[in-house]
Amino acid sequence: MLERFRLEPSRAFLHLAVILIVALWTVPTAGLLVSSLRDKNLIASSGWWNALTTSEQSGQGRMKAPDQQVEKDGHFEIAGNLFEGEKSSGEITAFSTRVQQPDQYPAGTTAAYDDGKTLIVNADGSYVYTSPVAFDGKRGQRVFYISKVPPKFTTENYSTVLFSEGIGQSFVNSLTVTIPSTIIPILIAAFAAYALAWMKLPARGLIIAIIVGLLVVPLQMSLIPLLRLYNMAGSSLSQTYLGIWLAHTGFGLPFAIYLLRSYIAGLPKDLIESAQVDGANDFKIFRRIILPLSFPALASFAIFQFLWVWNDLLVAMVFLGTAPDKAVLTYKLNSLLGSRGGNWEILTASAFITIIVPLAVFFSLQRYFVRGLLAGSVKGG
Amino acid sequence: MIQQLLYALFTVVLGVGGCLGYFWGANLLLDRILPANATNDTQAVRNLKLQSSIRPWLFLGPALILLTVYLIYPVFQTIWLSFHDKAGTSFVGLDNYSWAVRDSQFRQSIFNNLLWLLVVPAACTFFGLVIAVLTDRIWWGNIARSLIFLPLAISFVGASVIWKFVYDYRGEGQDQIGILNAIVTWFGGDPQVWIAMPFWNNFFLMIILIWIQTGFATVILGAALRGVPEDTLEAAVIDGAGPFKIFWRIMVPQIMSTIVVVWTTITVLVLKVFDIVLTMTNGQWDTQVLANLMFDWMFRGGGDFGRGAAIAIVIMVAVLPIMIWNIRQAKADGKGGH
Repeated sequence: MLERFRLEPSRAFLHLAVILIVALWTVPTAGLLVSSLRDKNLIASSGWWNALTTSEQSGQGRMKAPDQQVEKDGHFEIAGNLFEGEKSSGEITAFSTRVQQPDQYPAGTTAAYDDGKTLIVNADGSYVYTSPVAFDGKRGQRVFYISKVPPKFTTENYSTVLFSEGIGQSFVNSLTVTIPSTIIPILIAAFAAYALAWMKLPARGLIIAIIVGLLVVPLQMSLIPLLRLYNMAGSSLSQTYLGIWLAHTGFGLPFAIYLLRSYIAGLPKDLIESAQVDGANDFKIFRRIILPLSFPALASFAIFQFLWVWNDLLVAMVFLGTAPDKAVLTYKLNSLLGSRGGNWEILTASAFITIIVPLAVFFSLQRYFVRGLLAGSVKGG
Repeated sequence: MIQQLLYALFTVVLGVGGCLGYFWGANLLLDRILPANATNDTQAVRNLKLQSSIRPWLFLGPALILLTVYLIYPVFQTIWLSFHDKAGTSFVGLDNYSWAVRDSQFRQSIFNNLLWLLVVPAACTFFGLVIAVLTDRIWWGNIARSLIFLPLAISFVGASVIWKFVYDYRGEGQDQIGILNAIVTWFGGDPQVWIAMPFWNNFFLMIILIWIQTGFATVILGAALRGVPEDTLEAAVIDGAGPFKIFWRIMVPQIMSTIVVVWTTITVLVLKVFDIVLTMTNGQWDTQVLANLMFDWMFRGGGDFGRGAAIAIVIMVAVLPIMIWNIRQAKADGKGGH
C-alpha cells in the first residue's frame, strides 16, 4: 500500500534505518545469549562482542612450594607449569611477581632479581625459578601474568545454574504454577463468554461493562485484601499452589471473558439458531459448535495467560512465597541478582533459561498471539 | 520434581474435569427439575421459560464468583483498609493519606511515576508508528517486526537482567564489559554508573519498558495503518502532498482512535510497573515508583496494610479516567450487537 509514494531520502537509507533499529532492539538479548555461553573468566575480563577474538587476560598462578626444590649445579631450582592443575590456559605474553605490574617481563625472558634469584616464564606456562641459596618459606611464590586466551565457548554455565544454583527446581516450580493457571480459566471464561454473547440475560450490559472496567483495575488493589483473606484461610490457600492457581485464574478472567466474548459474539447467528431449532440445548451448542469454532480465540488467550503467568513476579511473591520448593524462575532470577550480582556467567545463563520458554511459545504461536493482541486492544483495550 | 509436575497435571485434569462436571451436571439438573416435556403444555412452557432464565446464570456462575472474590470485593476492601491502621482494625480517617503527602519517598514516587507516564507511552507510540511505517515498505519488514516484537515475550525481570548487563560498570581503566560504557569509553568518555545517577537513572529504567512495549505498539499501529483506505492516500499523492505531510495529515488522523488505545494501554501498564524497579534498583538512587513503594509497605516491618492500601488507591485513581473511557467506548461498540 505504502509503495505508492516514495519517501525521500532514498531506499538505501530506509533499509539502513530499519537495520539500525533492529540492531538496537536485538543487541541486548544477543549479548545475554553470547555471554551465557562464554567461559566465566572471559565474561569478566572482556566484552561479549569480543567473544570471537583472542583476548588478553590478566591472571595469576602460584609456583610449587620450596619443599619441592631441587639442587642443581650449585644452585636451587623450582620448575613446573603455572597452568598445572588450573582450569585456565592460554598463551602467556608477559609475567611478573608484582601484582601492580603484571607485564614487567615479556614471556621467555629471564627476570633477574637483586638477591640473585632468576625467573623465566615461557608462553606455555612452564617456568624455572632459581636461587643461589635454598628457598625458604612454606608456600610457593605467586606469579602474575598477561595471557592471550583464544575464544572459548562452553555450556558449563548452564549446568552450573541448573543443578547447583537451584534454577532447575525453579523451572519445575514455574511450570507447576503456569500449566493449571493457563488451562483452568479457559473453560470458565468460555462458558461465561457464551452466556454473555448468546443467551438472554437481564443484566448483560451491566456485566459486560463491569468486566471491561475490571480489565484495567490495577493488581495492586487486590493484593492486600487477598493476602488477608489467604492468611485467614490458612494452610489450604496461603503460600500454596492452589492459592496461586486460583489467584491467576481470577486475575486472568476479565481479559479472557472480554476476548472470548467478542469472538464468540461474532460467530454466525444462523449456525446457532439452526442448532437451537434442531433441539440442541445450550450445553450441546457450546460443546459442539462454540468450542471448536472459537479455537483461535482460545489459543490467543492461552498464549497470553501463559506468558503473563510465566513472566509474573508480583503475584508469585505475594501469594506463593519465596521458599526454595516454591520459588518461581522470576523470583529466583531476581534474588540471584542480589546475591550473585557480579557473576554474569550465572546471571546470563539463568536469565536465558527463564526467557527461553516464552520465546519458544512466542515464535511457534506468533500468529495467535498477534491476533489476540489486535482483538484485545483495537476495540477498547 | 517429577512428582510436583504430576501433581500439577493431576490438578489440571481434576480442575478441567471438575469444571466440565459442574457445567454438565448443573445443566442436566436443570433439565431434570424443570422438564421441558412435562405432562401438560402450560407446565412445559413455564418450565422452558424458567430454564432459559436460569441457565445463563449457571454458565456465568463460576466466573462471577471468581471475579467477585478476586477483583470486586478487594477494590472495596482496599478502600476500607486505606482508612484504617496498619493491622486494618481501627479507623484512622485520612491519616494514611496525610502521611503519604508528607512522606518524601511517596512524593518521589509520584514525581517518578509522572515522569514515566510522560515518557514511556509517548516513546512507545512514536517508535511504534515510525517502525510500522518503515517496515511496511521493505521486503524483510516482517522479520524486522518480529525481532522488535520479541522482547514482549520476555519477563520484566529477564529484561532487567539483560539491561543491567548493558549498563554494567567497571572502574576507569578496566575493560568495560557493559556495552553502553564500552561505547562511551570508545568515544573517549568516562564510564558511568548509569543506574545510580539520580534523575537520569529513571530514564535508563524507562528504556527497558520502552524496549519491551514498542513491539506491541508496532503491531497494533501497523494493523491500523494497513486499514487506512488507499484512495485517501492516492488523492493526497495526486494533490502533490509530500510523504511527511501524508503521514501527519492523512494517516495519523485516520488511526487516531488506535493511537489512543495504544497510549492508554501502555499508560495503565506504566502505572503498575513494579518488577523493573524492584530488580534494577529497588527504589534506590531516587527511582522509587508507587507500585514498588506499595509492595514495600505491604511487607515492611510486618506490613502496614493501611499505608499500602492508600498507595494502591492512588494508583487506582490514576487509572480511573481510562477505565471510564473504556467502558463508554465498549458500550458504544456494543450497540446494535447481540
